[in-house]
Amino acid sequence: MSELTPEQVKHHIKTYVLVFVSLAFLTIVTVAISYLDLGVVEGVVLALIVASIKGSLVACYFMHLIDEKITIYWTLIATLVAFLILIFVPLSTMLAQAKI
Amino acid sequence: MDIPYTVKNRPDTGLYNGKLGIWLFLASEVMLFGGLFSAYIFLRTGVEQWPTGSEYLDIPLATLNTLFLITSSVTMVMSWASLKLNDFKKFKIYSGVTLLLALAFLIVKYFEYTHKFHVGYLPSTNNFLGIYFTMTGLHVLHIIGGMIVIFYFWIPGSKMWKEDSERFTNRIEIVGLYWHFVDLVWIFLFPVLYLL
Amino acid sequence: MSTDHYKQSFLTKYIWSTDHKIIGLQYGITSLVWLLFGFSLMMIMRYQLAYPESPIPFVGSLFGESGILPSEMYNSLGAMHGTIMIFLGVVPLAFGAFGNYFVPLQIGAIDMAFPKLNAASYWMYFVGSVIMAIGFFVPGGAANSGWTSYPPLSNIATTGQTVWLLGMVMLITSSLLGSVNILVTVIQLRTDGMTWMKLPIFVWTQFITAFLLLLAFPPLEAAGVLQLMDRLAGTSFFMPSGLVVSGEVLTNAGGGSPLLWQHLFWFLAHPEVYVLILPAFGIVTEIIANNTRKPIWGYKALVYAMVFLGFMSFIVWAHHMYITGMGTSIGAFFQTTTMIISIPSVVILTALLLSLWGGSIRFNTPMLFALGFIPMFGIGGLTGLPLGLAAADIHLHDTYYVIGHFHYVVAPGTIFALFAGIYYWFPKMTGKRTNETLGKLHFFFSMIFMNGIFMPMFVQGLAGVSRRLWDGGESYAHAADVLYLNEVMSVSAWLLGLAQIFFIVNMIISLFGKKTGEKNPWKATTLDWTDTTSPPLGHGNFEIVPTVYRGPYEYSVPGDEQDFTPQSKKV
Repeated sequence: MSELTPEQVKHHIKTYVLVFVSLAFLTIVTVAISYLDLGVVEGVVLALIVASIKGSLVACYFMHLIDEKITIYWTLIATLVAFLILIFVPLSTMLAQAKI
Repeated sequence: MDIPYTVKNRPDTGLYNGKLGIWLFLASEVMLFGGLFSAYIFLRTGVEQWPTGSEYLDIPLATLNTLFLITSSVTMVMSWASLKLNDFKKFKIYSGVTLLLALAFLIVKYFEYTHKFHVGYLPSTNNFLGIYFTMTGLHVLHIIGGMIVIFYFWIPGSKMWKEDSERFTNRIEIVGLYWHFVDLVWIFLFPVLYLL
Repeated sequence: MSTDHYKQSFLTKYIWSTDHKIIGLQYGITSLVWLLFGFSLMMIMRYQLAYPESPIPFVGSLFGESGILPSEMYNSLGAMHGTIMIFLGVVPLAFGAFGNYFVPLQIGAIDMAFPKLNAASYWMYFVGSVIMAIGFFVPGGAANSGWTSYPPLSNIATTGQTVWLLGMVMLITSSLLGSVNILVTVIQLRTDGMTWMKLPIFVWTQFITAFLLLLAFPPLEAAGVLQLMDRLAGTSFFMPSGLVVSGEVLTNAGGGSPLLWQHLFWFLAHPEVYVLILPAFGIVTEIIANNTRKPIWGYKALVYAMVFLGFMSFIVWAHHMYITGMGTSIGAFFQTTTMIISIPSVVILTALLLSLWGGSIRFNTPMLFALGFIPMFGIGGLTGLPLGLAAADIHLHDTYYVIGHFHYVVAPGTIFALFAGIYYWFPKMTGKRTNETLGKLHFFFSMIFMNGIFMPMFVQGLAGVSRRLWDGGESYAHAADVLYLNEVMSVSAWLLGLAQIFFIVNMIISLFGKKTGEKNPWKATTLDWTDTTSPPLGHGNFEIVPTVYRGPYEYSVPGDEQDFTPQSKKV
């Protein structure tokens, strides 16, 4: 990012404003969804999808991930794998237990 | 001798040291909050009854708080962009607004917490409240930490702009990355705790 | 950070230093003191085990009038022995000391990427260790629920457990910052020509270790926060409903899960054991290459095996939880991954063994410890296999077999490698030589007594003797035939303690010895030996920052006039 020209920065600023508006809109969407009468699983999935979109916008544009370097990507992929293991594996041991 | 790549990018990685450092630190933070999210999932799926957020929590207030934090993320990245455009005055304004919005977030949280204590909703009352207070509490600690650093660069540390503007700009970028991460955590915390 | 021409006070030069070498020494000295202390705790425990309910000699007065070690205190000593050896001893020595001192030197860097953060990491470790020590002085004594701190016991335990949690939070944060530093240093500060596949294996192991610490430690920090909330704020994260303690039903909200703690704890603690062994692999590799005067066999195999090991270490943890009622499919999953993870260890050990073939072996003290490491780690690894198989684990879980297994890998395993490293790098750090006779005596006696302590543990474990028993199994009929081994192990432990005197004396007299003026007495090839003085230059390490042209272990290159060719020698 230290090699950005002022013109490029100005272009980025337009993106930031767009992202901000999207985030605000998606926040309203998130709250609106919660008032719908959905089952637990559907509710969770939908909430997580919307949150993931918002999170991706923050990561890609505010945190500049979209033009980041490969070293950062590798770090984040490793982290994502570890994170998914941490979230899903203890859960699956719990679910397997319930079935006995 | 000076340590290389503190400001200039290393050619093969395209990164300066601090940028890589903060991303690695954020990776560990993902695992920290991940541990708590995993705990939430484990605890919730382990019981038959689990309250919905609306039973205990004020959703409109938290929605407002979410908007405060998202806006602070924009003002934070704008403060960095201002430095890239050599506008130190704008940097000061945007940094100040970021701090104000963060403070607003904290004030709302203060009212949320004190109201709950007042009506007898404590962390010990049940695991929903326990995990709510723990996760939002840890998040609040991260906000306070971020505010301290942003304040430092807003006032006492800002003289580095005159000495080494590129290095100062990089530091603001790094602070920004941390701040956006704190916002990111809230983007997931809010629906999980309040809406599900 | 320009550090060339300014006078430093004693404080900034030696106490608040940001020089990676000083910080490495700070970690080294602090961790060695803690290792000695943790060892002493065990020597006290072993007296109680050998001679149940007899007054402890020398320190008995600490335990009241009778001098007998009470059972609660036994539990404290046990929990603290484990905690101290792992978190205050081995990891700070293997990673904080060796990593900080030698990674920058071996990659041709003038310091770590973030020197001030480095200093902060050390001081956080120091403060964390002081907090741990304070646990001994609070009412009820230090933490006594095992180093594994399983709830519900740890939740309702005495104050010492809270102190333990606070200490852990501090230590974990120190570790995380240290990991960030090593990772950025290796990625960003490698000198010209130092490509990834020219890195010394030592640096690879430190790099992978740093990744493990970075990603695995935070969930334990999360668990620590949750347990602190349980203990201080009355939450029930780990407390099931309707728990009865001493005849009384607890009034907390309940609905929590002790298994949650186990998952979060072992998510760290399994990668942690690879954190304990990887630096040891790195050190042993350096020393074997140097003392066989030939390149390491299978450099690439070693690198890929270690990376694979690091990745696999994240998906085996529930082999510590086979008997928690997980369900057979999940149990089978973890059993499979556990069996798979034994493969890279075998690759690594095989590479090290094959590296000896056809070598001109020099049997100096570092090499003796490095050679001793190989079969000892082999025994440790092999005895892990029955534990990794769920069916066998049903019999062996929580018995002395487990204690024997993990001590073999960590004690005559890692700690031997760390001793090897200290003897190997002593001349680099001080410009002086250690006494070879004392070193060999240290090695031979340590080797004998390590086996004297830990081999009988397999026998006791197979007989069914449980771990963490204050009376050493005396009250169980199934232990009767193997009880006599308690005295054997205890005497071995005390003799092992005495054998360390050779090491301590050696260090002291060598430190007061004469400087030899040689910068590379072992005739090694890596940048730490070839391109800087002994000890290395204060600020910036190198007179001229080296450029790398070759791999790390170019020994006995045909056509060369010397039997070693420095990495920085032009091709």
